[in-house]
Amino acid sequence: MRSYRTTRRAVGLLAAAVLGTGLLSACASDDDDGGSDTDSGDGGGGKTTITMGLFGTFGFKEAGLYKEYEKLNPDIKIKEDVIERNENYYPALLNHLTSNSGLADVQAVEVANIAEVVDTQADRFMDLGKVEGVSEDAFLDWKWQQATADDGKTIGLGTDVGPMAICYRKDHFEEAGLPTDREEVAKLWEGDWEKFLDAGRDFKENGPEGVAWVDSADAVYDGAIASSEGKYYNEDGDVIYKESPDVAAAWDIAAAAAEEKLTGNLQQFTKQWDQAMSNGDFATISCPAWMLGYIQEKGGSKSEGKWDVARSPMPGNWGGSFLGVPESGDNKDEAAKLVAWLTAPEQQAKLFAERGNFPSAPPAYDMDAVKTATNPYFGDAPIGELFSASAQEIPVQTIGPKDQIIDQNIGNGLQLIEQGKEDPDGAWDEAVNAADNALDQ
Amino acid sequence: MTQTGTPVDAPPSAEGGAAPKRAAPDDRRQKWRSRRYRWDAKFSPYAFISPFFLFFGAFGLFPLLYTAWASLHRVELTAPTDMEWAGLHNYTRLLEDDFFWNSLWVTFTLAVLSTVPQLLMAMGLAHLLNYKMRAASLFRVAMLAPYATSVAAATLVFAMLYGRDYGMINWFFGLFGVDEIDWKSGSWTSKLAISTIVIWRWTGYNTLIYLAAMQAVPQDLYESASLDGASRWKQFRYVTIPSLRPTILFTVVVSTIGSVQLFGEPLLFEEGAGASGGADHQFQTLGLYLYEQGWRNLHLGRAAAIAWVMFLILVVIGIVFGLISRRLRKS
Repeated sequence: MRSYRTTRRAVGLLAAAVLGTGLLSACASDDDDGGSDTDSGDGGGGKTTITMGLFGTFGFKEAGLYKEYEKLNPDIKIKEDVIERNENYYPALLNHLTSNSGLADVQAVEVANIAEVVDTQADRFMDLGKVEGVSEDAFLDWKWQQATADDGKTIGLGTDVGPMAICYRKDHFEEAGLPTDREEVAKLWEGDWEKFLDAGRDFKENGPEGVAWVDSADAVYDGAIASSEGKYYNEDGDVIYKESPDVAAAWDIAAAAAEEKLTGNLQQFTKQWDQAMSNGDFATISCPAWMLGYIQEKGGSKSEGKWDVARSPMPGNWGGSFLGVPESGDNKDEAAKLVAWLTAPEQQAKLFAERGNFPSAPPAYDMDAVKTATNPYFGDAPIGELFSASAQEIPVQTIGPKDQIIDQNIGNGLQLIEQGKEDPDGAWDEAVNAADNALDQ
Repeated sequence: MTQTGTPVDAPPSAEGGAAPKRAAPDDRRQKWRSRRYRWDAKFSPYAFISPFFLFFGAFGLFPLLYTAWASLHRVELTAPTDMEWAGLHNYTRLLEDDFFWNSLWVTFTLAVLSTVPQLLMAMGLAHLLNYKMRAASLFRVAMLAPYATSVAAATLVFAMLYGRDYGMINWFFGLFGVDEIDWKSGSWTSKLAISTIVIWRWTGYNTLIYLAAMQAVPQDLYESASLDGASRWKQFRYVTIPSLRPTILFTVVVSTIGSVQLFGEPLLFEEGAGASGGADHQFQTLGLYLYEQGWRNLHLGRAAAIAWVMFLILVVIGIVFGLISRRLRKS
């Protein structure tokens, strides 16, 4: 009887403890900038607080850049406000911009949305091109142009870019009789996405059972379209995705991969995908620089030493972001200074060394932190060299305001093939239907 | 409040001996006071309930009307103040919009799949809980636990359970040699999966409502029924159910409204799908389609029209149920 009582009490205590820690940690994640203890707003002895509105993980804080800036500028305090997914962040940002309230001093914009922001919200942002210490030459030309309006106003400075590579599992390659050395692997598919599929066919034949060649058809498509010059808009800003030969070519490659079941029928950035990644259920994945960190995080120690990274069939860019300063902010001049500092080559190089976000500023490529960087998780691959080479060959792509929407609907179409619901032609029609419906105002 | 007299007015005897010339102002004051009293009695209740109506006006009525106004325009989230008159275009286009009809169908099937089993199970559980048993209140509280869980938390857990490769449900079926089911991509499997989330969350809530109604059924009805030799089932069928009719109607109305507005579960069921409701829009409800048009595709005018159609659907449902309940009362 007594022992029963004690267990019951123990269970109760345990439950309380678990709940308590849950509560505590919830509070902690809300506000855990340990160091300074000045109160919010601009209390604390005339300090200016700059707020950063971000999505996902930019890694500024994790790489210690805020602390460093605060040390350099004792009057400044930096706070960040992060929404995890850009798809939720972006509508809120538009809402705040158009109603001119609730904006942070600095707002991040994803490359998929930058054209729309430049088109429709340019007058609500400061011209960062005119801020002291900002030099156009320090940025990749196309990155600079993407955030610059026709009248020459630059509303955002590039943080990172996503030069592409292919990550692959050495253990699966070995089992399938494919080379494992990254130079030889790169030669397998050099210059042609079709060769990438050929290697996949070979892998399907000889590789381990239950392991897909690549995670998803959508990722193959993203890789292929990233390396082409044309995308969904022409130079005049008309939507041409239906006629674009580049889109058709990328679609055909991805659709073939889906139809021949070379893909794992997974959707990126879902739990299922994470699980498949950590269990090694696919052999390759399109790998922009920022993906390495993701793979490492999800793979953990279980997959350590199994991954490597090789050049992609063709160089391309996938992802990357910008930082802009809304015109209406109270601290816009201080905020602009901070953005200029954060996106300067030195800081971008530091961020790469710490977090793997690849710099959009070429002067950083010659700095040691980038040039000689290797990644132990990926078999000491010389990632600095690899991605620098890729970044400098990225084609200048014409981007448009609705790239993201078209992209999503094409991705949905490819999934229909993977799920066996449509053949490639039917899936294309479905994708076009959905995209047109989404574009129509 | 204001009618409590001031000391000056207190002695009524003063009136008798007062000079006639003082009568006029006194009279006026008297009048004024009684008028104030009347106003007070008349308007104070309105003042007391006004906060609700002010809030309702600001956060209920105004958005409703503004949405109606927006639905007659071409408006984008990128410039919500630039409205271009579009007449009824946003409504007429819905008639030819396959995605709209699809979402209407999805909403309807999900409503049936979730409401019917949910209410039947709730009825059965309420009947069981109505028996005398030990720890009855424990069971009743337990019933309500799912209702107290957040939609997001419940959906995320269910989404893991229904995972294709590593989900627990497929693992369980795998024990019996059933192949992996791709719950989320299948048209019916995804709907079944989502309806289980709804059923899980709301069954307990309805159970308690039924239980409360059952306890209000007079005991002597059961006694006389059992004297007449009616079995437990017959008692349930001929005593309990008829007495519960208004309650049943109430729960049907509430769950129907809930299913027309179904949103959180299908939105979070597959993280990657966003508001599309799967690659084939297989679980895109009206709420999700509205959200996709407004907050993903940024077409506020189109989204507003969908919102109003949803509102009208609810009004129609309300009228239908109103008629039914009137019929029931008459019979």
